[in-house]
Amino acid sequence: MKLITAIIKPFKLDEVREALSQIGVQGITVTEVKGFGRQKGHTELYRGAEYVVDFLPKVKIEAAVDAEHVDRAIEAIEGSARTGKIGDGKIFVYDLEQVVRIRTGETGPEAL
Amino acid sequence: MTKLFAYVAIGAGLLLPSVSALAQSAPEAATAVAAAIPNKGDTAWMTVATVLVILMTIPGLALFYGGLVRSKNMLSVLMQVFVVTALIYVLWVIYGYTFTFTGGSPFIGGMDKLFFKGITPDSIAATFSKGVVIPELTFAAFQATFAAITCTLIVGAFAERARFSAVLLFCALWFTFSYMPVAHMVWYWDGPDAITDAASLETVTAAAGWLWAKGALDFAGGTVVHINAAVAGLVGAYVIGKRTGYGKESMAPHSLTLTMVGAALLWVGWFGFNAGSNLEANGVTALAFVNTLVATAAATLSWIAGEALSKGKASMLGAASGAVAGLVAITPACGFVGPMGAIVIGLLAGLICLWGVNGLKRLLGADDSLDVFGVHGVGGILGALLTGVFAAPSLGGTGVYDYVANAVNPDYSIAGQVWIQFQAVATTIVWSAVVSYIAYKLVDLVIGLRVTEEEEREGLDISSHGETAYHR
Repeated sequence: MKLITAIIKPFKLDEVREALSQIGVQGITVTEVKGFGRQKGHTELYRGAEYVVDFLPKVKIEAAVDAEHVDRAIEAIEGSARTGKIGDGKIFVYDLEQVVRIRTGETGPEAL
Repeated sequence: MTKLFAYVAIGAGLLLPSVSALAQSAPEAATAVAAAIPNKGDTAWMTVATVLVILMTIPGLALFYGGLVRSKNMLSVLMQVFVVTALIYVLWVIYGYTFTFTGGSPFIGGMDKLFFKGITPDSIAATFSKGVVIPELTFAAFQATFAAITCTLIVGAFAERARFSAVLLFCALWFTFSYMPVAHMVWYWDGPDAITDAASLETVTAAAGWLWAKGALDFAGGTVVHINAAVAGLVGAYVIGKRTGYGKESMAPHSLTLTMVGAALLWVGWFGFNAGSNLEANGVTALAFVNTLVATAAATLSWIAGEALSKGKASMLGAASGAVAGLVAITPACGFVGPMGAIVIGLLAGLICLWGVNGLKRLLGADDSLDVFGVHGVGGILGALLTGVFAAPSLGGTGVYDYVANAVNPDYSIAGQVWIQFQAVATTIVWSAVVSYIAYKLVDLVIGLRVTEEEEREGLDISSHGETAYHR
């Protein structure tokens, strides 16, 4: 099992969710986050005071998938989140040791 | 405006010879008390105008200021504005009114009306028209709202770091030793009713406030309200010191939405402030109303145009600040200048106050948190001086009324009037600066002006008031 964490542009969230649903991913967790990468921030000006905003709002999605589905899931995220412009985000993949469905007590791939 | 003495009805027969003579010549009035009776329309208008000025302060100014601070200090600003307002209303009735609007010396009034002594529903106050009066209680309430908004304007300069109890004590001291004397100097006079000839004019002038007697024009409070408060704010910003992290950390406004709501409420309420300062409902009231409409609009446009040209973008904060700058600048002029003069004053106010919060602010080097001096000080000075220019009949102004001839004085000297205006401005700046400096130092000794750095970092909402503006 693998855990996919992707940082994407906030307005791409719906497309990514749809693409993941289509390939059978049963659920994802979404967090609003801030961060910086190669996409530059912007400056805000309030009367005489200028502030550089370095941290831009992004969305972090987490999805746990079976090892055999991981490439398709990555492709789905890549395809749906890409705009081609700087700041599209990144995908991280981790090994996932254990999964437990709290309601039934199922473990491993069955719990996904 | 706003300058007139009020007297009880019993004494009015002596004080108003012309009026009583008129009344006695009318058979049906012969048996009535020989005094002018307030007109219901004037009274109703002035009651509404008073409510509008209350609206300017809370919630108008409170929200305008509140939106400009960081979210952790929102309630502290709302509280300071709200509670200072309440404090001044009480002080006004106890001793503020008598020391401001009764005769005494050219610099401060007397104690005849301490605790509102002798003021009844039948007491009347003069206006700027002979024979036109309003209830003295209406006049006193209207004036209370001016005293309150002036004191609350100051808190913007030291927002986000001042101790709450220190703010209250300072405002009480400053109200007593700066607002009352300056308002008395600029606005106090006996009213026009006793003026029939040069001698009676001299008597009335001699009893009036020092700057009023000089002929300073301040229709609704350019000197008394805006310059007075802005200087107190600037001195406060110097004495209290900069906010922790100023220039290093982001201190961006937390809600320009609320700032826009506040600015819009200020604009609406300012019609009561400016047009109400005529003290009756007539054509001059309408002139002040129209000028408050167009000067504000012109300043909004010129501020955002200046911003767009110099920084590349027109901002909501710029539009709101421009509107307030225009309102401030037209305040002393609103009943004296024509609408075209008002537009010029507004256009200049937008541009010069934009400089006030940029170039001038850097030059002054004080952390005037919400630009009280840059907007109210600069706009107030500009407006006060330009009143002398655009009040000229040759430039579409009303000129100065001559109560002896009962007509507008045909001789108007722009240079002469601007010089008088300058003296009023300089007097207000020096007076307020000296009083403020002493009052801040005194409060610092007794209470301490600032919260601790730890309290400041936590935010004044939690550390001073034990509550949070927004829950997540």
